[in-house]
Amino acid sequence: MLISYREAIRQALAEELQRDPNVVVMGEEVAQFHGAYKVTEGLLEKFGPKRIVDTPISEAGFVGLGIGASMLGIRPVIELMFWSFYSVCFDQILNNAANIRYMSGGLIHCPIVIRGPANGGTNVGATHSHTPEGICASHPGVKVVCPATAYDAKGLLKSAIRDNDPVLFMENTILYGDKGEVPDGEYLVPLGLADIKRPGTDLTIVAYGRAVINALAAAQLLEQEHDISAEVVDLRSIRPLDEATVLASVRKTHRVLLVEESKPFCGVGAQLAYMIQDRAFDDLDAPIKRVSSIDAPAIYSPALELEQLPDPQRILRAAVELLR
Amino acid sequence: MAENKDHEGVKAAGYNLAPVNARLSAGEKIALYRTMVSIRRFEERSLRAYQAKKIGGFLHLYTGQEAVAVGCCSLMGRDDHVITAYRDHGHAIAVGMDPKALMAELYGKATGCSKGKGGSMHFFDPSRHFWGGHGIVGGQVPLGAGIAYALKYQGVAGACLAFMGDGAVNQGAVHETYNLAALWQLPVVFVIENNGYSMGTSQARSSSGELSKRAEGYGMDWGICQGHDIYEVRATLDRFLTLAREGSKPSIVEIDTYRYRGHSVADPDNTYRSKAEIEEYRRTKDPIQVFAAALAAEGVLDEARAAQIDAEIRAETDRAADFAEASPFPTVADITKDVYWEEDNPDQKKSQGRIFFD
Repeated sequence: MLISYREAIRQALAEELQRDPNVVVMGEEVAQFHGAYKVTEGLLEKFGPKRIVDTPISEAGFVGLGIGASMLGIRPVIELMFWSFYSVCFDQILNNAANIRYMSGGLIHCPIVIRGPANGGTNVGATHSHTPEGICASHPGVKVVCPATAYDAKGLLKSAIRDNDPVLFMENTILYGDKGEVPDGEYLVPLGLADIKRPGTDLTIVAYGRAVINALAAAQLLEQEHDISAEVVDLRSIRPLDEATVLASVRKTHRVLLVEESKPFCGVGAQLAYMIQDRAFDDLDAPIKRVSSIDAPAIYSPALELEQLPDPQRILRAAVELLR
Repeated sequence: MAENKDHEGVKAAGYNLAPVNARLSAGEKIALYRTMVSIRRFEERSLRAYQAKKIGGFLHLYTGQEAVAVGCCSLMGRDDHVITAYRDHGHAIAVGMDPKALMAELYGKATGCSKGKGGSMHFFDPSRHFWGGHGIVGGQVPLGAGIAYALKYQGVAGACLAFMGDGAVNQGAVHETYNLAALWQLPVVFVIENNGYSMGTSQARSSSGELSKRAEGYGMDWGICQGHDIYEVRATLDRFLTLAREGSKPSIVEIDTYRYRGHSVADPDNTYRSKAEIEEYRRTKDPIQVFAAALAAEGVLDEARAAQIDAEIRAETDRAADFAEASPFPTVADITKDVYWEEDNPDQKKSQGRIFFD
């Protein structure tokens, strides 16, 4: 069936709520309001207020509450209206959820999912446009997932909810309406498995989240306008990271372009570049290149924000330069 | 809201006559006393180990506050839970954790309760419903409400004792949690262990108004009691725990206590309070002396028995230190264990890819 990315996430929530009575969906406006981005629309009516819980605007309070509840076997799926709000519950996510298993010597685990959109590009200014996948993934103890398609969003979220470790699930408001093919029956996408979204032979574009969609558009243009065959590797999961798929692609194409909507400094791309040069130095025919958000806080100006984020043209230019 | 007529009656008659205390057998009273002495001797022994550089980092001692943890945790029923901050040794001993595993944890040994990965501030024992041991001021309070949330969700008639110090009451996460607990009527008792100082800043210099009375702003019950008399602690907490267990009603209880040592033992202790103040508490309100005197008056404990208990506990504490000393350190390979449940349970692993990086 052809469904939107939003509907795919909703289906994952509904199926897991149905399957496991310990799953609870909690967050600001998730119940009566039907979700700030309508992801949870209809769930209150179907599952009732015990399972679909509206919270006050207290991210540290309800994220921490979810972590505490998860220690006793509840499986909270906490919605952050924007992942940007992680900054007001940073201590709960990255001190408590990330560290409590370790500090207890493995006596405790926290099966919690924290999900919501983490993207720029919607003209809401710097405070609401954070992309914290790199910052979060730099904390051992959590897992970080960034789906690009409806299929991946559904399969990954179901895996995340069944995972016994804290999973930080980062969506994208711009993708919520995008439609994709999803099987009728149940399926799971495991964390840590990348997906080759488009095979190619001349260069490897590694991306995740919405950058994958732009990379695919660029790959199409590269083929049509420059006769360049680009392979697009969608990481899907940042931590765990599917290094093997990335390296296999690099060994095939010998050229690498990294694309991310986050800022360049200490980002996911920096980790990838280190890993690729370390494991596949002799396979590289050119320096690794990277396209990321222009390194400044997210600009409001709608015309300029489009320029700040990687778009197909910027990806295309970088690819052409890489093959020159 | 705080006081009710029944409680006034208990107060007038003496806290030892409160039902929760009156029904204690002589053996149970001795056990409480013994646990308080265990905490005192454990802390003294760990201080010596710290001074001998066997223990690293911070060491927040509980001496002076023993009646609080022992009084509160002795009320825990089968379905009750407890969580606290970094001054956690007293609570760990009060719930029955083995001093050997605690001392070994302080020494950073593999036999420690957290395998040497948590340290002084991070003791845990889920099997005893003890959920830590948390280092960030106030950071554990939302987790405490989450435990209560889980109990209510699962239909278990238990409660969570969520301890914090007087320094935690001004943290935003604490206030967010107060609101959630009251809004959702969670079975949690927020216990403020008020030892008078948030590190080196007195309550007068850090907090406006009465600490537990802030509950009124959230429509919660609240109370306040002295923390040097274990009977008073038990009589007071019993009321609020009952409210939580039977009516799923949250509350805030301030327990006034005092610590003999600095915030952490390495911190200077003469810049914000006087020796005379410490000695005054020791002379008039030392919780172990106060309880020993009460038990002597009841004919439950005499000097010979007290001396015998003390000798037994000193020996037990020395054995704990010997155990810690003799235990091995964790290995480099242990550093990346106990990070992810899935990595520790490879037979049930579903994820793929690399999870630890170089």
